[in-house]
Amino acid sequence: MLDYNTAVVLVGVTALAVTSGVVGTFLVLRRRALAGDALAHASLPGLVGAFLLFERRDLYLLLSGALISALLGIAVIAALRRYTRIKEDAAIGIVLSVFFGAGIVLSRLAQNRTTAGSKAGLDSFLLGKTAGMIYQDALIIVILSLVTLGIVFVLFKELKLVTFDPGFAIAQGWPTLGLDLMILSLVAVNVMIGLPAVGVVLVAALLILPAVSARFWTERLDTMILLAAGFGAIIGITGTFLSASFDRFPAGPVIILTGSFVLGISMLAAPRRGLVVQVIRDYRFRKEIECRALLEEIYEFAEQRSWPTKEQVLHRSGERAALRRLIHQGLVREMGNDHLELTTPGMRRAESVVLGSRLWKMFLDTHPDLAGSLVDLSHESVDEILPPDTVRELNELVRLQGRWPSLSAR
Amino acid sequence: MDRAPHQNRPAVIDIHDVTVAYHRKPVLWDIDLAIAEPSLVAVLGPNGAGKSTLVKAVLGLVPLVSGEVKVLGERISRERKLIGYVPQRESVDWDFPVTVLDVVLMGTYGRLGWFRRPGKSERQSAMECLERVGLAPLAHQQIGQLSGGQQQRAFLARALAQDAVLYFMDEPMAGVDAATERVIFGLLRELHSLGKTVVVVHHDLRTVPTYFDDVILLNRRLVAYGKVETTFTTENLRKTYGGQLAALEIAAEAVQASARE
Repeated sequence: MLDYNTAVVLVGVTALAVTSGVVGTFLVLRRRALAGDALAHASLPGLVGAFLLFERRDLYLLLSGALISALLGIAVIAALRRYTRIKEDAAIGIVLSVFFGAGIVLSRLAQNRTTAGSKAGLDSFLLGKTAGMIYQDALIIVILSLVTLGIVFVLFKELKLVTFDPGFAIAQGWPTLGLDLMILSLVAVNVMIGLPAVGVVLVAALLILPAVSARFWTERLDTMILLAAGFGAIIGITGTFLSASFDRFPAGPVIILTGSFVLGISMLAAPRRGLVVQVIRDYRFRKEIECRALLEEIYEFAEQRSWPTKEQVLHRSGERAALRRLIHQGLVREMGNDHLELTTPGMRRAESVVLGSRLWKMFLDTHPDLAGSLVDLSHESVDEILPPDTVRELNELVRLQGRWPSLSAR
Repeated sequence: MDRAPHQNRPAVIDIHDVTVAYHRKPVLWDIDLAIAEPSLVAVLGPNGAGKSTLVKAVLGLVPLVSGEVKVLGERISRERKLIGYVPQRESVDWDFPVTVLDVVLMGTYGRLGWFRRPGKSERQSAMECLERVGLAPLAHQQIGQLSGGQQQRAFLARALAQDAVLYFMDEPMAGVDAATERVIFGLLRELHSLGKTVVVVHHDLRTVPTYFDDVILLNRRLVAYGKVETTFTTENLRKTYGGQLAALEIAAEAVQASARE
């Protein structure tokens, strides 16, 4: 049964993870995934600094300090990029590590100055602690989440444009910098409210994991955002239960491991972009190409001489496997004394394969400039890809050279 | 568009004293140029001459060190809706999760303004733009599945959907197939005949006389601007490309020969 405290944490963490998925989608697609990480790490010195300055462990005071130093970190990244020759990735790396280092040093300072109870509080910000979340915290997370989701919904068109093609957006008169900053502030707020639960080190992963997982399942931005929100919800709910049942582990790593499980499944099992499908598709494609090559070889052998023996066309083990497939498909049959022969459907199929390959090769010879971008092995025939007049021209050339496959007519 | 001659109609584009620098090195230096009448203009020059930068400077995509740009007599920030833009194809991530139609619809965003989503009439006009570039059957494909030439045509359709008066195209002919090149040049003619101005960053000197009325020859400085017949001369090209032109031709031939092998 769900007790009250767990229910509060559940609502809070889930709202946090859903919103992270949504704003994370824009971050990931804008190739700014690391900016979230920089924001999170850069927040530590501000968080500890606020504690040192005011010597109070008031959550919202600490988070305000965190937000200030996180924004300072982002400003430093922008300044390094603008005024020095340091590139963005290096600038992010510098800010992330320097701010985080400063934060750790400050937190040791804080430990030396205060009692054991307070220092434990600060440490929980590193790796996260969901147990401390109270009703009021969860309420604030939910409100901020709703505001964030509302902004994304209202500005969906604008954010889509700026994320896809910022140059075009500027040319069309959109305040691209402002929209970018808005997304970054949404990310910043999201990171801050996630800090207590998930921790400085891993909170940014909550932005990245649902979005990257969602990308595997869809080719549409709106669907991707809904999926990222859904994955966020799954991660939030599962992560909360897991971290509640494994009290000895910090919450951040437990939640993030849940997220990486979602990512792993997406990466493997997604229907079009998933690895499993890709491996199967590649395997089938290789088999298909091998069968085509063998059909072509048997056909051309017969064109010049007579039906070949196995020895004359089989050179590698892959070809033996291809032969078994062709026989199984009823395209080739074995005659006595090791000869191979095309069946009637086999003949039809071989002629289409041979014609396709001769037309493609003729296209390569006559249009070397276009060949690179248009030739596609997965298309056996040229008809689907090349314009009709080119196809006619190629047909004519193949005929003129006496290379039109006509074995079945003999 | 209204083509009735006005007595003192403002220039289509007026580029005044524009300088753009990157780390203190001028990429464009004191460019003074006015395109008075609607025309079809090629921007030519060697690599690094600032051709794309000129377009970006006019559109406000790069900061000006000095100078100003006026479009139809107004500051560009007030005339955005009159300007269509075809960026370089490499400037975006083609694995982005949007369809071809989505991309073309982005051309209508400027007209729609804040918050409003494209509706039925925008979809219809976007589909018509796709038809004009021959991509209508691919409208619902993800953009990554297009070939290079088709991607370029999708960008072109997006610019058409902007329904602009003045178009800037940054190397639309780079690395495209012959079919796409024909489509693009056909559209340039069509836009021109409708009284629109099209400024095209171009690299293929052979096709300039066939397709363009005017040329802008650029090498950080403005070398020459005028009609193709009077301005596209060996003398001006030598000034633009320096000793490079001969080298350029040899290099181009060598590349072609090696591609044939």
